[in-house]
Amino acid sequence: MIGRTRKPAAPAPTTSTDPTAADGPDGEPAAARGLTRRGLLGLAGAGAAGVGLGIAGDRVVTAAVDGSAGNATAQYPFYGTHQAGIVTPAQDRLHFAAFDLAGDATRADLIGLLKDWTAAAAAMTAGNDVGEFGAVSGSYDAPPQDTGEAQGLPPAGLTITFGFGPTLFDTAEGADRFGISSRRPADLTALPHFPGDDLDPAFSDGDLCIQACADDPQVAVHAIRNLSRIAFGRAVIRWSQLGFGRTSSTSTSQATPRNLFGFKDGTANIKAEEPDTVSEHVWVPGGDGQSWLAGGSYLVARRIRMTIETWDRTILREQEAVFGRTKGAGAPLSGGTEFTEPDFTTAGRDGEPLIGQASHVRLAHPAQNGGTQLLRRGYNFVDGNDALGRLEAGLFFISYQRTPKQFTTVQSSLARNDAMNEYVKHVASALFVVPPGAGTGSYVGAPLFA
Amino acid sequence: MRTRPPHRALTVASVGAIAVLTLSGCVANDSSTAHEKLTVSSSATDCTVSADTAPAGSVVFTVTNTGDQVTEFYLLGSDELSIKGEVENIGPGLSRDLVVQLSAGDYFTACKPGMVGDGIDKAAFTVSESDAAAAAPTVDMAAQIDVANTNYASYVKDQVNQLVTGTTAFAAAYVAADDDAARALYAPTRAHWERVETIAESFGDLDPKLDLREADLEEGQEWTGWHAIEKDLWPAEAEAGFAAYTPEQRSYLADLLVTDTATLDSKVQDISFTLSQQTNGAIGLLDEVATGKVTGEEEFWSHTDLWDFQANIDGAAVLYAGVRDLLVEKDPDLATSLDEEFTALQDLLDAQRVGEGFQLYTDLTPADIRALADQVNALGEPLNQLTAALVL
Repeated sequence: MIGRTRKPAAPAPTTSTDPTAADGPDGEPAAARGLTRRGLLGLAGAGAAGVGLGIAGDRVVTAAVDGSAGNATAQYPFYGTHQAGIVTPAQDRLHFAAFDLAGDATRADLIGLLKDWTAAAAAMTAGNDVGEFGAVSGSYDAPPQDTGEAQGLPPAGLTITFGFGPTLFDTAEGADRFGISSRRPADLTALPHFPGDDLDPAFSDGDLCIQACADDPQVAVHAIRNLSRIAFGRAVIRWSQLGFGRTSSTSTSQATPRNLFGFKDGTANIKAEEPDTVSEHVWVPGGDGQSWLAGGSYLVARRIRMTIETWDRTILREQEAVFGRTKGAGAPLSGGTEFTEPDFTTAGRDGEPLIGQASHVRLAHPAQNGGTQLLRRGYNFVDGNDALGRLEAGLFFISYQRTPKQFTTVQSSLARNDAMNEYVKHVASALFVVPPGAGTGSYVGAPLFA
Repeated sequence: MRTRPPHRALTVASVGAIAVLTLSGCVANDSSTAHEKLTVSSSATDCTVSADTAPAGSVVFTVTNTGDQVTEFYLLGSDELSIKGEVENIGPGLSRDLVVQLSAGDYFTACKPGMVGDGIDKAAFTVSESDAAAAAPTVDMAAQIDVANTNYASYVKDQVNQLVTGTTAFAAAYVAADDDAARALYAPTRAHWERVETIAESFGDLDPKLDLREADLEEGQEWTGWHAIEKDLWPAEAEAGFAAYTPEQRSYLADLLVTDTATLDSKVQDISFTLSQQTNGAIGLLDEVATGKVTGEEEFWSHTDLWDFQANIDGAAVLYAGVRDLLVEKDPDLATSLDEEFTALQDLLDAQRVGEGFQLYTDLTPADIRALADQVNALGEPLNQLTAALVL
């Protein structure tokens, strides 16, 4: 172990890093990189982008590696063509937050906030404290710049992904607060009401969002906490969600995890190792309308409440019929193993397909949706219990796609007919456009304001 | 209810043979119930059972399909015809358990890859006497099942017939703008629907046309049925700006309600039920209570959720009563547990009675609701063992 500080792996941006200049408009010091809090962890992950889960392609081997402990030393670069946290191998923990801009926030405030967030995010994803002085240094008569609870923790594969909601471009009343209405992507419109939606507006939507994923829950929470603090005066949290277990694999190096229904989830997800599929279904190309968005994506978040008490006493026959897969191995009911392609025509004794017409795997399958695919990146949640003593549990669904129409296509199919609807309810929803990654020296969203 | 697939009533209908476990309402490990565990490998040509004998009692056959066609496994009686247990629809590469309670005697095992023909590799299987063996049933199970099915079909037809009568009166009052009369008829009439709700849900479009809630609408979808009218009858509960329906809209909705109910009536005339449809119907009704009624979501404007609650329980209790004698034979502990939990739930509902009806959901205290929800769970756990306990 090397007990000294180290420099962050990624160079800091040129803006907002000098605490003597570039103070926020409200006088709040701009975030800056500074002290390293995680020197004790040595250089194992330093400087190596995406070390961590190797792309071995051997599920058996990586399944053993990919245990509950996660991959504490993984470190992913913040700057790049695309934002991290999308095709990055899904980490074990999530803290997601949506923000609303202050009523009096200006365009300069918004840009300043994004610059400050960028600098802080770059520092934290590199395993460093926020600010020049970090958690325990600087003036004894000033509050610490970093909140401090991540001291001594590894980078834990932290990624911080930023998104812009429809209301950032135009308020509900049609106001163009930041002079960007004309640059609003045509696809960034409210999602339709799907059958069964029972959405809580207070837990939906938002001007901005931050997805913080890490293999250590405290690292993810530390990220949202510090970014929220940096935003005070300019933006405030509208709603937030903790997720404790990933429900999708975004890399073939990862074992398929299980959702709270006890079934494997995300077997057929888009994987990082399929660059053509990712390009076709996840990244917005330059030609999709707004050039500033090239290399970006769209993020759909849905809080899906599961009535797990009812589910748990459902007979196994029905549980497997609902999914169209076996509960153990995750094999399609038409036969094979987990990664065998489902055969939707194989029929059973009564002439009906073994994978029922209302089964989840059938209705969500690209073959039933005009080839539509989503990159899913959801997390299990249990937020205590409700007034009826039921676990407040479910899936915080997150998907990335080139256009929200992909989600609408699949969800329309599911909302209408999915046998699973008996056990789930969508209680919150949000759509964000995810700008491309920031280049070194720039900030997230810069092309939007260029 | 909602645009839910009718899987409760139908897709679970083909239940073959499942467990005859002596569970008394919980799934805790019971070391006294030891299962004899055997494996079966079903290939294109062979049906290899790991042993050709077992002691009487609970026997588990874990059937693995090693062939490339969908397969089935049968446990036949000494006549090589009567089916003592079966698992069907096992896809290639998959495994599934057959759990059966066997008394001493001669049996045969066979597989049926491709699901056609008489089965292959039929082999003798002997069950020897043991202390764990359950007493052989003393009643004519097949005859009891027939009676239960016939009785339940009659119950469904009677309830739908009363629904037709009640709906006609309700629609007339609504069209005549006698809102007080319509409101008074709303919940008691819907009770007939709720008692057989899982049956109504099995008829494709009828359920959404008659019972869709506003939240379950798709964009652009026309809203008809009970809840569309409910909102108009309790406008004070509706969102600000809600416009009362015109007389023409009222007539349209009322006529559709009557017509669609008549269609339901015609569809149930030739209905019949398998045992698993009955047991799963009871389970489905209680699930309706757990997800829609005890939460106050079903009757969003009238708040008459407890009427629906009672009606769902009525329907489940009728289904249970129809198979109770069978259950007493097969699993008396489970019958005792269900008797107690049904009674406890009914006691809680009775405590909320007001005149001919019930307290409005909005007048219940959080403690009242919590007690009802807890008892629904207490009943649900043993009730959901019913199919496994009975169906063979």
